[in-house]
Amino acid sequence: MSTTTTKSGSPKRRLGDLVFANLTRGAGLIILVALAGVAVFLTLEGAPAFSAGPNDLGGKSNLLAYVAPLVFGTLLAAVIALLIAVPLALGVALSISHYAPKRIASVIGYLVDLLAAVPSVVYGLWGIGFLGPKMVPIYEWLAEHLSWIPFFAGPASNTGRTIFTASIVLALMVLPIVTAITREIFAQTPRLNEEAALALGATRWEMIRMAVLPYGRSGIVSAAMLGLGRALGETMAVALVLSASGVVTFNLISSTNPSTIAANIALTFAESNGLARNALIASGLVLFVITFVVNFSARAIVARYEPGSKK
Amino acid sequence: MAKSIDVSDLNIYYSDFLAVEGVNMTIKARSVTALIGPSGCGKSTFLRTLNRMHEVIPGARVEGKVMVGGQSLYDSDVDPVEVRRMVGMVFQRPNPFPTMSIYENVLAGVRLNSKRISKSDADALVEKSLQGANLWNEVKERLNKPGMGLSGGQQQRLCIARAIAVEPEILLMDEPCSALDPISTSAVEDLIHELKEQYTIVIVTHNMQQAARVSEDTAFFNLAATGKPGKLIEMNPTKKIFSVPDEEATEAYISGRFG
Amino acid sequence: MTTELSAPPTSKPLRSIKQPRLPKQAPLIAVAVAVAAGALLGLSLGWGLAPIVVLAGLLYVIGLTVWSRIVETPRAATDRLITSLVWVSLIIALIPLVSLLTTVITKGAPAITGTFLSTSMRGVISGPGGINHAIIGTLLITLGATVMAVPIGLLTAVYLVEYGQGSRLAGAIRFLIDVMTGIPSIVAGLFAYALFSLILGPGTFFGFGGSVALTILMIPIVVRSSEEMLKLVPSDLREASYALGVPKWRTILKVVVPTAMAGIITGITLAIARVIGETAPLVIAAGVTDSINTNLFSGQMTSLPVFVYNSYSNPGSEVDVAVQMAWGAALVLIVIVMGLNILARVLGKILSPKTGH
Repeated sequence: MSTTTTKSGSPKRRLGDLVFANLTRGAGLIILVALAGVAVFLTLEGAPAFSAGPNDLGGKSNLLAYVAPLVFGTLLAAVIALLIAVPLALGVALSISHYAPKRIASVIGYLVDLLAAVPSVVYGLWGIGFLGPKMVPIYEWLAEHLSWIPFFAGPASNTGRTIFTASIVLALMVLPIVTAITREIFAQTPRLNEEAALALGATRWEMIRMAVLPYGRSGIVSAAMLGLGRALGETMAVALVLSASGVVTFNLISSTNPSTIAANIALTFAESNGLARNALIASGLVLFVITFVVNFSARAIVARYEPGSKK
Repeated sequence: MAKSIDVSDLNIYYSDFLAVEGVNMTIKARSVTALIGPSGCGKSTFLRTLNRMHEVIPGARVEGKVMVGGQSLYDSDVDPVEVRRMVGMVFQRPNPFPTMSIYENVLAGVRLNSKRISKSDADALVEKSLQGANLWNEVKERLNKPGMGLSGGQQQRLCIARAIAVEPEILLMDEPCSALDPISTSAVEDLIHELKEQYTIVIVTHNMQQAARVSEDTAFFNLAATGKPGKLIEMNPTKKIFSVPDEEATEAYISGRFG
Repeated sequence: MTTELSAPPTSKPLRSIKQPRLPKQAPLIAVAVAVAAGALLGLSLGWGLAPIVVLAGLLYVIGLTVWSRIVETPRAATDRLITSLVWVSLIIALIPLVSLLTTVITKGAPAITGTFLSTSMRGVISGPGGINHAIIGTLLITLGATVMAVPIGLLTAVYLVEYGQGSRLAGAIRFLIDVMTGIPSIVAGLFAYALFSLILGPGTFFGFGGSVALTILMIPIVVRSSEEMLKLVPSDLREASYALGVPKWRTILKVVVPTAMAGIITGITLAIARVIGETAPLVIAAGVTDSINTNLFSGQMTSLPVFVYNSYSNPGSEVDVAVQMAWGAALVLIVIVMGLNILARVLGKILSPKTGH
């Protein structure tokens, strides 16, 4: 306690400082307690699901068999989303930091912020009401011509409510996060290194490859992981877009799709009760642990490799 | 291989701001030319127009002519990338690429043009360039260590090695010793003496003793007032500048009465 | 020293710095040609707009690269290829934004009427109802979250900047807040539900549960933005105040926090904008109702995002009406969120000259 208050002063003064210092510290402790509370209460309410039987687990024999396909779907959707979002985000970040003139760059930055401000349910609505139908002809084409690739085995969904559509929507939601972090890092590239590359006769791209990308490498990795964390936990977009049946398949374009943990909870929580609800909470705990590990690793990478640039 | 430089009626702008006005000068091949003058007089800005690094800053542009070995740098069909290969540059603060080893730093510029350089050629070029920069004996045992692990003076000589590895005709140096201690400075100055056998060298310096020590010719830049464009006041052999300069302003600057 | 490596200096011919170069407008010419060719080919095959645009984009990227490869050097061609890809990726990223906004506006605007905004869904059996109850629910739940998250977040930020510097507790809090930023919103909802189920019995849905869930999501945003702002306050100001004999806590309350106030308010507004659009935690913790409920602590409460979700996923018998109402509510939601974002920027601009320097 003595370390957090000022050293000297009359007892009266110290009382005010003592109260205020402990008030602020108390607020910090509340946050720790709340975070611990999330884990504790999910465990308490999720634990009974270990005794649940097929009746409460959608026909699955035990909790593991119930959660595993959901984990598969969650990872599949998030990874595809990341494969789409990261290259795009790098392009957008580079356009802001190194390609566009200053004024245009700030407009682009504003538009990307706008993309981040759109509520997830609106993305979901757009995905099901606009994007899905537009994707149907593409899926039909893929199923017709590329069905030998397992991803496009078909038959093509006629609503477009596939895991691939869901992943595109997820990619859009992840894009602003990855862009915001990478553009920040690219902008911090030491000017000296950029000029060294240019003075050696590098083209703009060669300069970026020699100076900008190596400098931002760990930042790109952690930005991608933070994006992954977001994609794993995103609920409404997937819940609205996906026509899920909880199967395990790599077929991306058919109408039978794996579900994700978050979407499954949102879709079935209201109608379930008793142990079924406990099982949903247990699956939420699994999601919490997965995203915690992903985010933890992302932050650790930032903290380890770039202590200076960590906010 | 070294070339002379002819500058005529050069105006240098940042957007609408005229930074340097009406420079006419001839820089002799295989010699060292020093650019001196008070801070903000545009000597570094002028230096950066000699390899088209000036235009890297948004809005920056020039008017006038810069001829290197009979080729005009600012013709419309000239590729700035090629210009920078012909005119190498060493910066105020050493700037080796932090993620590359000493070996890779030397080869950084060469790799741009010839991707498939054989291992033996690469080894030979690294050795030759580091020898040329008087650094070989100090680093030959640790070529695969990061360039950032060297001392400031060694880093600066690594940057010089990197610049001469691409075999330029001309070397520009922008206050190359201002971030170095006296011993390192002396090492770099010795190196400049040796390099002028092969290269045309233009060096910006704040330090008049350094200009007197290393250069054959000296150009003095000055500006009338803050916000006014910088101008070339006088260019003469270094000996003359430091003993009987033509202009009074030069005399005043050199004797330390201002700047 | 090896001299075989390169030609001896003296015999080397003058290296030309002139390279055959594409004209300055080359990218524009390539765009024009690609669009024309794409349109010609696409229209003759009877394609729609989207495939034509994709074709034109491909033609542009490939065409410019090949052109540069023929006229210029391979390195210049690579540079042009990457430049094209950067711009194309930017366009690809912005198309959905434009499409999303136009879709929501065109589909949502017809739904918006006076009754739509001023009535609830209570007793509506056929035809469109209103979203008044959802607007009220959203405002109350978000207000509840703000009332809890702002004091906790702000005090924590003060602790991190003013008291906890270098302490292990502060390090732990800062790190966990970073991690907390990534908590899935539905997990926050499950937490609130699990908490109140254990306290008040299973199956408890009420507005306050939603507020608690949103608080979990809002706290890290408030702490991070306030912390950044407090850090920007120059330490001279603090020292000047200490030198006058003002105790530390009064210095913080009277000097430090007011100086950073503009930034803090901007940050809080953005945090509200971020959580006001949350759906998943409210589906879990606050439930759904058709009526206006103004009591946070009792009974289920509908919010705007949940209304959008519900109307679309459980449209009832009149699907078209429900879907149109979903779009209308989505438009209202977007207007609120964008309004808050603009408000944050405006507040930041208005407030900063008075307190900043």
